[in-house]
Amino acid sequence: MTAPDLHLMGDLRMGDRLLCPGLDLHCAAGAWTVLLGPSGVGKSSLARLVASLPCPAYLTGGITADDGASLAGRVTLMAQTDQLLPWADALENVTLGARLRGARPDRGRALDLLRRVGLDGHANRRPATLSGGQRQRLALARTLMEDRPVVVLDEPFSALDAATRATMQDLAAEVLTGCTVILITHDPLEAARMATRAWLLDPAGAAPLDLPVTSAPRRLSDPATLAAQASLYRRLMAADDAA
Amino acid sequence: MPPILALAFGLGLWQAIVWATAVPHFILPSPVRVAAALWENTALLGAQAAVTLGNLAMGLGAGIMLGMATALNLAISPSARILLRPLMVFAQAVPVFALAPIVTLWLGYGAPSKIVMVALVTYFPVTSAFFDGLMRLPADLDDLARQMQARPWPRLMLLQLPHALPSLGSGLRLAAVQAPFAVIIAEWVGASKGLGHLMLLSNGRAQTDLMFAALILLAAISLCLFLAADRLARHWDR
Repeated sequence: MTAPDLHLMGDLRMGDRLLCPGLDLHCAAGAWTVLLGPSGVGKSSLARLVASLPCPAYLTGGITADDGASLAGRVTLMAQTDQLLPWADALENVTLGARLRGARPDRGRALDLLRRVGLDGHANRRPATLSGGQRQRLALARTLMEDRPVVVLDEPFSALDAATRATMQDLAAEVLTGCTVILITHDPLEAARMATRAWLLDPAGAAPLDLPVTSAPRRLSDPATLAAQASLYRRLMAADDAA
Repeated sequence: MPPILALAFGLGLWQAIVWATAVPHFILPSPVRVAAALWENTALLGAQAAVTLGNLAMGLGAGIMLGMATALNLAISPSARILLRPLMVFAQAVPVFALAPIVTLWLGYGAPSKIVMVALVTYFPVTSAFFDGLMRLPADLDDLARQMQARPWPRLMLLQLPHALPSLGSGLRLAAVQAPFAVIIAEWVGASKGLGHLMLLSNGRAQTDLMFAALILLAAISLCLFLAADRLARHWDR
């Protein structure tokens, strides 16, 4: 399954309210497109629209893939909450998609993915017995299990502590290679580390952000990453003042 | 320990009132007298309790099964919801206990009328509590199901049903409280066996101590039933 380029066009509106005008976002296949912005600008709405989930907002120009095919069934969204079933163990959570479609789950692949996200030997554990970081690893394994070319990450690591978040970012970058990734975040450092291209969304529209020339994921210790973080902070605070 | 102390205190108070007021034993028998009646009529009480318990169990079983089946049906079929939901609301407004004379008229003095009465009072709380739980899937799990293109049946079984178990538990708690009332009322309206029948009979013969003995057995059955339902519900709450 090859990942498509996505194109997000038009005004993001909710009823007669304009959330973010004049979007013209190009999300390249195999790259991380990061959408940074203050809350209330409709970032999560945009994530839901890409994933074809019910959403009161709409995008006037629509969301299209460059291969012309519909996006239905090609997108998976990883949300801020881990959405794990508390009554099911790790393996059952990872294989949920197949079971919900009435198909036979591929146990071997699920176990393999659990190992890839560092949950080897945790297959029979319930989510309540896992740490916050482990739970997001499990959610990531479930996302990978769906094997969709387009992955939308809606602040999935925002509730984690700083060190765990950095580890999860590296892991996500590794396992989502080749996917068209859209990352929604309000964390300038996350944007500075992960973005191939980044946009600042605010009520005035979308503005491209400057990033280091190095390729993502950028090292935390790299001065260029930290400089980018600082400049993103300034842009974000200016957008906040304007709002 | 506290429940046993409370029980001892209650019995002591009861005995004290009997002594202090010198009330005739056919109006209020002393706990000692009731204990003696329990002891002397073990066989009779046991046989009647077994009848009541049997009807209670069958009625509960039928009511719970039918209630769960109805809730699952309503949850999966929108057309069933449109058809049956107003009917359910209407049925809940009917005081089911008031149906006892009609049920007895139609089904006679035997076990069927008792079983149907218990099933009726069990059915509605189980159906409505379970159905509510099934329909209240949290938004994030609904999102997950949509993204994964879940089919209705696996969605029901893998997401809605496990999520609805605590609600089913509260329905069962309610049913466990109501069911003993239903079986006794049905036995009062017309029966030739059972603890309710024995209570009426001993009341008529001024054997108040035996009536109290039957009442105590009934209370014990109700308590055990509630504790069992509560335990199950607590298990699902976790």
